[in-house]
Amino acid sequence: MRGLWKLSQTEFKLFLREPAAAFFILAFPVLILLLFGSIYGNDPSDLFNGYGSVDISVPSYTAMIIATSGLLSLPIMLTTYREQGVLRRLRATPIRPQLILTAQVGVIFLMTLIGMILMVIVGKLVYDLRFSGSLLNVLVIFILGSFSFFTLGFVLAGIVTTARMAQIVAMVLFYPMIFLSGAAIPREILPENILNISKILPLTYLVTALRGVWFGADLNEYLTEIGIMLAMLIVGLVVSVYTFRWE
Amino acid sequence: MNVIEVSHLHKRYGNKVAVADISFAVADGEIFGMVGPNGAGKTTTIECVEGLRPPDKGQIRVLGLDPQKDGYALREQIGVQLQESALPERLKVGEAMELFAAFYKQKADWRALLERLGLTEKVNTPFAKLSGGQKQRLFIALALINMPKLVFLDELTTGLDPQSRRNTWDLVREIREQGRTVFLTTHYMEEAEQLCDRVAIVDQGRIVALDAPENLVRSLGVEQRVVFRVNGRFDPTPFYNIPGVTRVEATNGDGKVVVYGRDNEFLTHLLQAMISQGIQYQELHTEKPSLEDVFLNLTGRQIRN
Ligand SMILES: Nc1ncnc2c1ncn2[C@@H]1O[C@H](COP(=O)(O)OP(=O)(O)OP(=O)(O)O)[C@@H](O)[C@H]1O
Ligand SMILES: [Mg+2]
Repeated sequence: MRGLWKLSQTEFKLFLREPAAAFFILAFPVLILLLFGSIYGNDPSDLFNGYGSVDISVPSYTAMIIATSGLLSLPIMLTTYREQGVLRRLRATPIRPQLILTAQVGVIFLMTLIGMILMVIVGKLVYDLRFSGSLLNVLVIFILGSFSFFTLGFVLAGIVTTARMAQIVAMVLFYPMIFLSGAAIPREILPENILNISKILPLTYLVTALRGVWFGADLNEYLTEIGIMLAMLIVGLVVSVYTFRWE
Repeated sequence: MNVIEVSHLHKRYGNKVAVADISFAVADGEIFGMVGPNGAGKTTTIECVEGLRPPDKGQIRVLGLDPQKDGYALREQIGVQLQESALPERLKVGEAMELFAAFYKQKADWRALLERLGLTEKVNTPFAKLSGGQKQRLFIALALINMPKLVFLDELTTGLDPQSRRNTWDLVREIREQGRTVFLTTHYMEEAEQLCDRVAIVDQGRIVALDAPENLVRSLGVEQRVVFRVNGRFDPTPFYNIPGVTRVEATNGDGKVVVYGRDNEFLTHLLQAMISQGIQYQELHTEKPSLEDVFLNLTGRQIRN
């Protein structure tokens, strides 16, 4: 385990020095929450089952942060390290590869969590955010969703050859996914045929489950969603073990 | 005692043979060098020895360990400077030293190392803002952070200015004086000659010669040359009586004289003779055969072309 703590601390600092990643995970969700909150307010609405637009947005944006971390930040960071030769240099030390990846995943998970907490704090302070679920259930879905998207990021990093390509593929997957899954815009205003398409997107299941438990549903009401994310996690892990490369 | 033993190493990439049957041993406390042109297989060999690339065939023992099976235990005890690698762009020099120190059981004082490599003022500079030579020196510092018994330096002075290069040579000699072993590669023949106790000359994946640089040069059987100018007429005859002299060439037009000789004492005898005979000379210098000549002789090619 020697080196893991120092490596995690270092990766944490480096993450905060990377303006784009830090912005999209920590600042951007809060900013759009404030932007749409100032337009639509947070008054209870029939469209949202008696909740306000901010209430609905917080779990949805949380899913968006997870997608940003897993699909954009993680693969871009990994492929950049690989391309530049950072991983090569680390491999010439006695640190175990699992620890290098643990530090990366740990830091990105922590940032994702901070991103969500910042949004909750701002929502509470500015719009008196409503939360009627169980914190434990939310955490279970949050953790499962995060790790299943992180493995997706590892798979992506393993398949593409360059950091540039990782960036392009990640964008191509990311943008349609956040708009069609209900992560960036409420599902209630999406047309029927789009909702059908969204069934093939993994993010849809995360948004559904997260919104469900956020407003008080029990985990066993979302077994399909949980099953799909677990499957993603397991398949992703297996594939990424086989596709992982140091250089 | 040998710290590295390599026998019959083979390595290919696809159908390109990078290393074809290389065997050698590195003794404790020596500076061992591999020289050879681009693509000769130096990096492939050194990285197989470090355990970073799996060999296709052959046996490797390093500090009594198998680099493939006991990789972690081995990397704890060795220092590695790779020909190509990088650090995260925004990682600062001091942070890099602290981070790498955290990976090892035994660690040197990283500030002293930065000082020795002239990087103290750069301690807060991000990696991406360092010059090529500064990056190179940082990697040498990182290779020494665990006080390794055995240090690998792949192309250690590529990209350094002449002053930093000499400084780095001194550092490598210091490492050896502390009783440690150095395995380096270079494509500068002069560097190998100046620095290494023994040199393996590698070409197209094979070792074509391996010995102390002076032995390699001597084995060529090429004479030393003493070159000078004289004013007026020059009579070579008396020079043939000087011990060690094999041949004298004089171009009468510009007064250039080249005296060839073999013996170690030959230069002393020659100078004594010239002074006692009152021969006035200018621009006297000696030209020794070098490893470049050895390479040319063995392969029929210049090392860089
Ligand atoms: N990862 C790789 N994949 C494919 N071919 C490679 C790889 N690494 C090296 N080679 C090839 O193997 C041969 C030996 O390369 P190597 O890097 O060992 O040479 P070198 O002596 O270190 O050269 P240089 O002085 O340029 O560093 C070259 O022909 C090179 O193109
Ligand atoms: Mg090389």
